This record gives sequence, C-alpha cells and structure tokens, in this order.
Amino acid sequence: MSAETTILVAILLPLAAAVSCQVFGRLGHPNLRDLATPLIGVATFYAVWQLGDGVLRGGRPELVLFEVLPGVELAFQVEPLGLLYGLVASGLWIATSIYAVGYMRGHHEKNQTRFFTFFALSIFAALGIAFARNLFTLFLFYEALTLLTFPLVTHHGTSEARRAGRIYLGILLFTSITFLLFAILFTWRLTGTVEFTPGGILAADTSSGLVTVLLLLYAFGAGKAALMPLHRWLPNAMVAPTPVSALLHAVAVVKAGVFTILKVVVYVFGLDLLRGGAASLTLMTVASFTMLMAAVVAIRQDNLKARLAYSTISQLAYIVLGAAMATATGVLAGGLQIAMHAAGKITLFFCAGAILVATHKKKVSELDGLGRTMPWTFAAFFVASLSIIGIPPLGGSWAKWYLMVGALETGFPAQAAFLGVLMLSSLLAVFYLMPVVVRGFFAAPPGGDGGPSKIAEAPFLCVLPLVLTALLSLALFFAAPDLVELLTF
Amino acid sequence: MPGLTDHFVVLEVVLPLLAAPACVLIRNPRVTRLFSLGIVAACFAIAVALLIQVRGGGVISYHLGGWPPPLGIEYRVSTVNAYLLVLVTAMALVVMSFDSRGGPPRVSESRRHLYYAVFLLCVCGLLGITITGDAFNIFVFLEISSLSSYILVSLGGHRRAVMSAFHYLVMGTIGGVFFMLGVGLLYQATGTLNLREIAERLEPSLDDRGAVLALALLVVGISIKLAVFPLHHWLPNAYSFAPPKVSAFLAATATKVSFYLLATILFVIFGAPFVFGELRLHVVLMPLSILAMFLASGAAIFQTDLRRLLAYSSVAQVGYMTLGLSTANATGLAGGLVHLFNHAVMKGGLFLVVACLLHRVGAVHLDALAGVGRRMPVTCAALVIGGLSLIGVPGTVGFVSKWYLVSGVLERGWTAAAVLILLSSLLAVVYVGRVVEALYFRQPAEDHVRPGLREAPFAMLAPTWILIAAAIVFGLTTNWTYGVAAEAAGLLLQGGI
Repeated sequence: MSAETTILVAILLPLAAAVSCQVFGRLGHPNLRDLATPLIGVATFYAVWQLGDGVLRGGRPELVLFEVLPGVELAFQVEPLGLLYGLVASGLWIATSIYAVGYMRGHHEKNQTRFFTFFALSIFAALGIAFARNLFTLFLFYEALTLLTFPLVTHHGTSEARRAGRIYLGILLFTSITFLLFAILFTWRLTGTVEFTPGGILAADTSSGLVTVLLLLYAFGAGKAALMPLHRWLPNAMVAPTPVSALLHAVAVVKAGVFTILKVVVYVFGLDLLRGGAASLTLMTVASFTMLMAAVVAIRQDNLKARLAYSTISQLAYIVLGAAMATATGVLAGGLQIAMHAAGKITLFFCAGAILVATHKKKVSELDGLGRTMPWTFAAFFVASLSIIGIPPLGGSWAKWYLMVGALETGFPAQAAFLGVLMLSSLLAVFYLMPVVVRGFFAAPPGGDGGPSKIAEAPFLCVLPLVLTALLSLALFFAAPDLVELLTF
Repeated sequence: MPGLTDHFVVLEVVLPLLAAPACVLIRNPRVTRLFSLGIVAACFAIAVALLIQVRGGGVISYHLGGWPPPLGIEYRVSTVNAYLLVLVTAMALVVMSFDSRGGPPRVSESRRHLYYAVFLLCVCGLLGITITGDAFNIFVFLEISSLSSYILVSLGGHRRAVMSAFHYLVMGTIGGVFFMLGVGLLYQATGTLNLREIAERLEPSLDDRGAVLALALLVVGISIKLAVFPLHHWLPNAYSFAPPKVSAFLAATATKVSFYLLATILFVIFGAPFVFGELRLHVVLMPLSILAMFLASGAAIFQTDLRRLLAYSSVAQVGYMTLGLSTANATGLAGGLVHLFNHAVMKGGLFLVVACLLHRVGAVHLDALAGVGRRMPVTCAALVIGGLSLIGVPGTVGFVSKWYLVSGVLERGWTAAAVLILLSSLLAVVYVGRVVEALYFRQPAEDHVRPGLREAPFAMLAPTWILIAAAIVFGLTTNWTYGVAAEAAGLLLQGGI
C-alpha cells in the first residue's frame, strides 16, 4: 500500500467504525457492534504505525484531496508531531473501546449505539487534525471534533449535562472562532499561505508586538489546550460517561489543542522567530501560571474526576510551556509529554470509572479502604500517578526531564524561575494524586475492622484495559529513545 | 439566419411571462404544476447556457425588437448577472419541485393554477431586473416581482399573513417610488435610460446635487427591498407568515436580486471612486451592516418561532453582504457576492425544512418542536447542518463566505470590523443552539405529544436535502461559486457589466 493510500485508510477507518456501529446497532447486534470497534481500532493503529517508518527516515507522506479555496487545499501530511499524536489517539482508542464496553454495560448506560458512533467519529476528527497539512484542514477537523464530542458530553441529557454542554460549546467555539480563526485569517493576510512549512511562514522581520499578539491568539484560540482562564469547559465536560473523559478529555480533544499550539510554533512561526523573544516569554508565563493554579485547584477537588480534570489542565500547560520555549528541546519535551501524559491520565480515568462502576463512588473522601477490594485498579492508579508526577522508571519522568533541560536553554534572565515552577508543580501533583492511593490502601474502610476483605473489582473488560495502559506508562520509559529520535528535527 | 439560441436572452424572461397567463387558461392544477415546472427548468437551462457563454469576460448584448440601445431596450448578460440568473432559476426549480402536498395553505384546488401563475410572474420579474440593461425596464420588472410577491405572501393562510403582505406592500411601494424618482433624476441629468450610457455620460461629483440626490433615492429605495438595517421591518413578518415554500423562494432570491441591483448602481452607474472615494458611503454602510449583524442576530436569539428566527437571521446575513460591498475591494466584494449564493442555498434549504416540519408537526414554534429530533431524524439533521452553515462552521458554505469577508475587511484595514464579524457568528451559535436544544434535548409538553409523528415524505425531503447538500458541497469546493463571484467582483470594480 502506498503511503498516500495508508493515510486515507487511517483516516477513513474510524468512519467505517461509525458506520458499523450504526449498522449493527440498528440491526440489534450489540455484541457484534462492540466487537467491531476495537478490531477497527487495531486496524487504524496499524495503519498509522505503517506510516511511522517513512517518517523516521525523514519522509513526509502526503495526501492532497482537493482544492477548497483558491490556494487552500484539503490536504494531509504526516510529520513527527502528527504521527505521534495519531499513534496516541488511535492506540488508546483500542484500549478505550474495550473499556467502554465494560463500563457502558456495567453502568447500564442508554443510547450506546449513538455513543459508540460519535466516539468513532471523534477519532476520525482527531486523526484529521493529526495529519492536517495546513491551517485550514486543521481548523476544519478541529471544529468537527468540538461538534462531534458535544453529543458525548451531553450523553445523559440531564439538565446538568445540557448546562455542561452549553459551556463546552460556548468556550470552545468562542475561542476557536474569535481567536483561532482570526489568527489564521491574519496569517493568511500577512503571508498569503496557510501551509505548515518547516521553519515557519511568518517573515523574519515581523514586529515583536505582532508576533506576541498572534501567538497569544493561537494559544488561547486553541481553547482545547485549556489555558487559564479559558479552562472551565474541561471540568464541566466531566459529566460525560467516563470513557469520554478518559480518551477525549484526557487524550484526543485536549491534545488536539496543545498539538495545534506545537504545530503553529514549529511550522507557522518557526522556532527561530520566537526563541528568546517577548512572545515566548509571555506564553511561558501564561503556561506556568496555569500549571501552578490548576494544580492548586486540583488539590481542593473532592470529586475524583474533577480532580483529574484540573490535573489535566496543569499537565497540558507543560506541553504549552515546552512549545513556548521555542527550542528543539522544548518541542521535544512537549511531544514526549503528549504521549506520556496520555498513557498516565487515561489510566487514572479508567480507574475512576472502574471505581464508579464497582462501587458508585465519585468522591475522593469515599475511597477509604477500597484498595483492598480493588487491588488491580488501585495499583494501576498508583503506577499512573507516579508517571504523572514524573518519577522514574515511568514514562512521565522523561518529559519532565527534557522540560527542565529546555528551561535552562532558553536564555531568559529568569530561566531558573521556570525550573522552580516545574519542580513545584511536580510536588503539587504528589499532593493531589497520592491521597487517592493512600486512602485506598491504608485508610480503614468505613464500618470495617480493617481485616482482609473480598476482592470486588469492576467487570473484567474495565480492569484489563487499565492494567494494560498502566503497563504502557512503564513501557514508555524504555521506549523513550525511539520517541526522542522521532521528535528530534 | 439567427437561431433559437440567439434569443436565449429574451426567452429567459419571456418564457415565464407568457407561461403565467397560459397557467390561467389551463386551469387543471396538476397540469399547471408540471407545465410551470417545465418552464422553470427551461429557464434554468437557458441561464446555465448563458453563464457558460459569458464566463471569462464575455458579454451578450441583445436588442429588444431589433432597436439599438439609445432608442430600444438592451438586455445585457455578463458574468455578474448570469450568476444571478442561474441562482434565481435554480432556486425556483428546487422550490417548485418541492411537493408541498396540498399546496400552500388556503389555496383551494380550484384556484391552484393562479398560484402557479403568480409564482411564474415573480420569477419573471426577478429575472427581468437581473437581465435588463435599461433603468426604466428595471422599474417595470421590480414592480412585477414585488406585486406578485405581495400576493404570494398573502397566501400564507394565517390572518396575519394578509396584514404582513400589506405591510410589505406599503414598504415595497415606498421603495419603488424612491427608485422611480432616482431613475427620473438620472434621466434628467443624462437624457438616456440605458444603464451603460447613463454610466458613460454621468460624471458625478459632490457638487452635483442632482446626482447625489439620485444616488440617495436609489440607494434608499433598494435598501428597503433588500431589507438593509434599519429598513428591514417588513421582512420578519413577511417571511414568517408567507407559505414556507414562498419564504424559501423569496429568502433565496428576492433580496439577492436587490443586492445585485444595489451593486450595479454603486459600482457601474456611479462608480466606486465616487461612491466610496469622494462620497465615502462606507462610513454609513459599514456601521449599519455591523449593526444588522448584531441586532438582527440578537433579535433572532429571542424568537420562539423558527420562521421568525430564520427571518431575523436573514436580516443579519444581508448585513454580511452589504459589509462586503462597503469594503469596495476585490476580496470583500467577492465575499459579499459569494455569500449571496451561499446564503440563498442555506436559507432556502432551511425554509424548506420549515415546510417539512409544518407539514408533519403543524407548528414550528420551539415548544412544538421539543423532542422532534428523535422522531424525524433526517429532516432535523438537515436543520442542524443548515444551522451549522449559518454559524459558518468550516466545511459549509457559511465558512467560505466568512473567510473572504474577513479577508476583505482585513485588507481594507478594518481590523475591529473583522473581529466583530467573527463575534457576531457566535450569536448564530446561540440561536442555532436553541433550536438544536429544543429538537434533541427537550421533552415534548403534554399537549404537543404526537404519537404518529414520522419523517417528512420523500417528495419534500429530496429538494430540501439537495439544497442542504449543496451547502456542504460548495463549502468544500469553491471553484464554481467563488470563481464566478471573484470574476463578477472584478467586473463590477472596473465599472463594467
């Protein structure tokens, strides 16, 4: 299969999954429906994986569909960052589609066919973003992702879900239309092109003020990156069923935001234009603020999913910080963090969902002693927490390491301050993640005598994926050299 | 020996004009329907043939009765108006093929043929305005199209339909009189009624009171017809009480033809250097356009009737078009012209959805529509897609318009206006969101539960989906739409038609 076809196949497979969901769902074969999705997920991941070889060897496989506006094509190109994001989204989709079966059935959710259909469509949009060759294509799929995830956020149809849905659409569309689209059109006006080009497309003599404004427009315009103060949609989106929170609001959707920022920094501005400038420093400050504030807020959340959501906001800011450094190391660290955080955070959400299915408990304060009845779940939670905090030998440690190296390379007078921010943020992560583990394993269960209790895990289809993704966090520590090779350019 | 094809230009107008009385003579409702469908299809074919002929800068000049221009009436086709001819006839064809099962309300079987006759007259009037190169002839066709559209609106069945038709009539007549006075002043100044000759002989300057007054009268007169804010008051009532098919047709064509007329007068007769250079019309037109975008969209948010909501949205969309006009540069004007087509497609499609919903549900206020999305998924999906296009989501025609309008406005240096355009589309998010919420999230109230509710019939869904599909197709490939609009904008800016 030529690389061109592979790109098309990779993007179309999730669409095929959506169609198969509808067909099997309407024919009344829920088992076939739920079997087809993971299988197509495997095929999608394999297709994306196939593209990897060429990219590692420096190739940039392309697929041009057609011209939309004069000079603007609907076109795809696979480059390292997109490949990584595509691998993460499609790979974790397999795990999530298995987990979702256990969760949705175990939790007796309604409208499962609609749920799985829109889930597959969201992955379709995510892959479109990953492989977009220009800002137009990226924006097209970016908006599609917002709209396609809306029915998932509002899945329960309750007034709470509708309210969350309004906030979700409101913030994401507001930012993307007023900031992102404006920035894209302004770039188009300045340069006459919207193609992602190595080295950037903005002229080297663009004034520093304009660059700063434009970079902030892009950074806040990619509202999915949840930079403060435009982050509120993310905690609200947690009303969705947990598989949505796990794959979309810890991986595909939020990473689409930071991925956009990374791509824009590398291929629209160009690292040389930003490095050491006011724009870079401003965005680094914004990211640092978000990182610390969100972590502090996370500590005070009692609802487990809300706590994880704020943790996501904080961890996403790491990626924005890496991008804002505008150094090769910064971009590398940002890319690594996309993968590492994805594996870690999806595990944490899987665990939260498994706890909900098994015990109907949502709050951290209710978890006392649950580690004894759900050892696999809490062990996985522990491993993933260590990865998020950044402790070796888990994947997350590499991202933090390169970020710290990158912070020291920026050359700003205050560069040591950013190092301090990173360390403090890791410390705060200990405070918001470890209490869950500690309560689970060491606190006495309410009313119990602390003696041995019976194992009562969530359904097997819930537990298996979360163990696998926890192991993935571990594996990623050792796979880091390959990722570093991919992202060094 | 001149063949039939040489007379295409005049046939475009004469066919519907003669077919109208023929309908009255035929009387049989079925036969008149098929007959007028055939006529409209023929007009569409002729319009497409004309557009192909003039693409790339060609011009066809046709002298009525063989009398050359200073004496006789000249019909003149260039890319600018051929584009409009295709739009009007295409929309007429789609709307006519929409089988509204029992026709517009209140028109009994025995009088159905009269409805088709009036519809054909309206098409004839709109095509005539577009194709003619003679100022007085424009006025004649303007009145033909206006009078027939008053009748069409009054067929709406509701008592208030008659009242809104009357309101429309009063406003339309005022507009017509203003236009007539403007044409009279131009005739006084130049001694001719041929548009091109007026343009050649008229050397407008700020000191020339007559010319400035003529411009003012013409612009105000047409602005009423075009529903430029704040002269839009007739529109929401007319569109919401007219039969939904008629709303679809008028929303998609009548204001578009007026827009063409306004562009012709500003750019061809008076010329951009005078209108935007000396007179600085954009100082008025740009703020009014932005006000229209915000106030009309704001009003749309508070409507509880889907038809009124769409009607107010139309007023806002006219604002986008006139904003494109006021940039007076190639990108912005092309953006305005392409929006003319794009808005026709999406709003026409949306009003046809309204017709489908009215047919099955019986009412289109948001309470009645609660929960309908699950019962009529195909119909409501069309509504959602049309709504997304109104917002301007990429992949729909609305986005293409927005892209070029904002580019044109940025090119003009109006950064704040560009931001305002984008902000105003957020209001569309709100009003479309309210409809979606009613359709999919709200539970029907006790007295609105309809057990037998099902999908609209195929004969209604097919034309609706043709327009909605066009809203996506032309959102992804713009060679035809933007290509033609850009060419037309170039011609207008040079002052030629």
